[in-house]
Amino acid sequence: MTYLDHAATTPMLPEAVAAMTEQLARVGNASSLHASGREARRTAEQSRERLAAALGARPSEVLFTGGGTESDNLAVKGMFWARRDADPRRTRVVVSPAEHHAVLDSVEWLVEHDGAEVTWLDVDPTGAVTADALAEALGDGSDVAVASVMWANNEIGAVSDLAALAAVAHAVGVPLHTDAVQAVGQVPVDVAASGVDALTMTGHKLGGPMGAGVLVLRRDAECTPLLHGGGQERDVRSGTLDVAAIVGLAVATTASVASRTERAARVAALRDRLVAGVVERVPDVQLNGPPLDAVVAGGPGRLPGNAHLSFPGAEGDALLMLLDANGIECSTGSACSAGVARPSHVLLAAGADPERARSSLRFSLGHTSTGADVDAVLDVIGPVVERARRAGLGRRSA
Amino acid sequence: MRVVAAMSGGVDSAVAAALAVEAGHQVTGVHLALSQHRQQLRSGSRGCCSVEDADDARRVAAELGIPFYVWDMADRFAEDVVDDFVAEYAAGRTPNPCLRCNEKIKFAAVLDRAQALGFDAVVTGHHARLADGELRRSVDVAKDQSYVLGVLTARQLAGAVFPLGSMTKERVRAIAAERSYAVATKPDSHDICFIPDGDTRGFLDRRLGAAPGPVVDAATGSVVGEHSGTHGFTVGQRKGLGITTGDQRPRYVLGIEPVSRTVTVGTADLAGVDEVGTGAPTWTGAVPALPFDAAVQLRAHGAAVPCSVTGDGDGGLVLTLHEVQRGVAPGQSAVLYEPDAERGDRVLGQAAVARAARRAPVA
Ligand SMILES: Cc1ncc(COP(=O)(O)O)c(C=O)c1O
Repeated sequence: MTYLDHAATTPMLPEAVAAMTEQLARVGNASSLHASGREARRTAEQSRERLAAALGARPSEVLFTGGGTESDNLAVKGMFWARRDADPRRTRVVVSPAEHHAVLDSVEWLVEHDGAEVTWLDVDPTGAVTADALAEALGDGSDVAVASVMWANNEIGAVSDLAALAAVAHAVGVPLHTDAVQAVGQVPVDVAASGVDALTMTGHKLGGPMGAGVLVLRRDAECTPLLHGGGQERDVRSGTLDVAAIVGLAVATTASVASRTERAARVAALRDRLVAGVVERVPDVQLNGPPLDAVVAGGPGRLPGNAHLSFPGAEGDALLMLLDANGIECSTGSACSAGVARPSHVLLAAGADPERARSSLRFSLGHTSTGADVDAVLDVIGPVVERARRAGLGRRSA
Repeated sequence: MRVVAAMSGGVDSAVAAALAVEAGHQVTGVHLALSQHRQQLRSGSRGCCSVEDADDARRVAAELGIPFYVWDMADRFAEDVVDDFVAEYAAGRTPNPCLRCNEKIKFAAVLDRAQALGFDAVVTGHHARLADGELRRSVDVAKDQSYVLGVLTARQLAGAVFPLGSMTKERVRAIAAERSYAVATKPDSHDICFIPDGDTRGFLDRRLGAAPGPVVDAATGSVVGEHSGTHGFTVGQRKGLGITTGDQRPRYVLGIEPVSRTVTVGTADLAGVDEVGTGAPTWTGAVPALPFDAAVQLRAHGAAVPCSVTGDGDGGLVLTLHEVQRGVAPGQSAVLYEPDAERGDRVLGQAAVARAARRAPVA
């Protein structure tokens, strides 16, 4: 099996599995007052401290959630509510149209149900958001409740300069949230240095468990809870802590961040060879997103494992199926609604035409990727593309 | 063979896929997304278009250990089936969308795509027998679907596999139950899949708008009622005509004239026809030499009647029925069968009804 869908989820790190398994055998509610409770609490807090260190945040800023989707919902809705309640003129949300659906649909929900207005940011042709674009959209900021721009795009790998964006937002008094689900462990992420007010991350994209994530929320950031109950997590996110998942999340994040430089270089080299090999075999293939060697704020301008390609005249889902039949697992990169592939909203936001968007595939490499994986793709990509082209783009044959 | 099993989420296509796997084929499950506005949950007996139906299909594919994908055919379906359905009603005809879907989607768009991608055939859960290129009625005559497959050509049939034709529906459910498929007890779908509330007239009203006109009695020529759109009528229809006549005798729709928006009605003696003119036929195999005798079925749930088939000199057929039939609606398919009690009536081909008449009574 050739697994090249690490951006969807990546295998758990053995040390995370071991730490979680050990914790699963222990009893104790981290909110209980007795010895078992205190021990569970200690484990959770140690994990919080390790996560804070890995992310450049303070432990009190690390809130445990049920994953990236929840963190995005909590940040967007919670910060909108809190800021609008403090000043009813703040009804605007400024957001990039290339965001993950966890952000996009939260914003759209606020528009439909809660009187929010949205300003869509201009996305540059690589999928990134520039400081100028944000400044223009914010205006004097007085009517803006919250802005949200992802750190790295999950489909085409574009990295934005969050420090520059946060500076622009703060200049007009607007808090900035960033979805860093794809960024942590792949590119340098430091909450304090970037200045962002809230940051989403999740465990299963970097070797931790699914269903465990973090919202880093600055101490001075106002956020109305989505979940009410026992008052855990600064009263912003109630619910009994999943200590085993938290341990796995912390171990994986620490390891992933620590190994980042070496791994990113290795994975990027594999990715570059993959892209070069595909270009050789399918000369009219198009690379979507930033150039492979793009630089943003002195770091990588593209996620090291991301190769997002369009194959003119072939349908992404036909390519996916044919590769799957050859034991190669990748993604069309676009959000699926119940398995129906739609043209990628990210590519459309970056200005691609719908046909290019529909003919795209995302290969995402990760910590277990090898040269053999690249070879496996290169062995079959030529005939697979040829075959998919014969099936066409679903146009009617006259 | 490498085959695509079209899996709607219903029990028939689930069992068909299972039998294809057991027959040793290399099977890939495909669910067709046909609706542009998919509901999360199935409502009533519309069994193919919701996300829940796709999930049911995916669940069975997972048990079978076969790959499973959703193919988005919604645009093609809207154009070739739904728009056609509306246009046919607008023209005063009575379409059969299931037949159109088989002709244009399942054994055209899907089969073409499958073959281009390296598959040999499409497997479906239709109740019909197909062997040696011969399409025949299912052994379960009550569930037989050969009528809506009658439009397929030899080339299309060469790419089709119907594993269920030699078993009853009961047996299909029993097989599903033996394998513990949750869909074993899922109700049959029997409404038009793209009309979610089952209200065909309301659907057509929304698409075509109100277009009122007179209802005229054929015998007297007098106006006996008003209607809000000819699309609410089918030739042969008796109920819901909304008319007042001087007598108690039931009236049937005899004709629909969309330009003047006139619906003509008449008594039972006028409703019978025994000569049917059709458009150009399609054949499931070799083109038969005309004239010949056959049995013809004139609607999805009707019995076949003996007839003689000749050409009309203009590419169409003239079917001389040996028994008078009522409710022969233009737009419906006249499917020709070669009766065969032993192996199942064999489908020869079909042609769309263009007109129907009563020959002068023989003195
Ligand atoms: C950019 C981005 N945000 C949010 C999510 C959702 O995270 P989770 O799967 O933890 O809910 C994902 C992954 O699917 C993602 O790629």
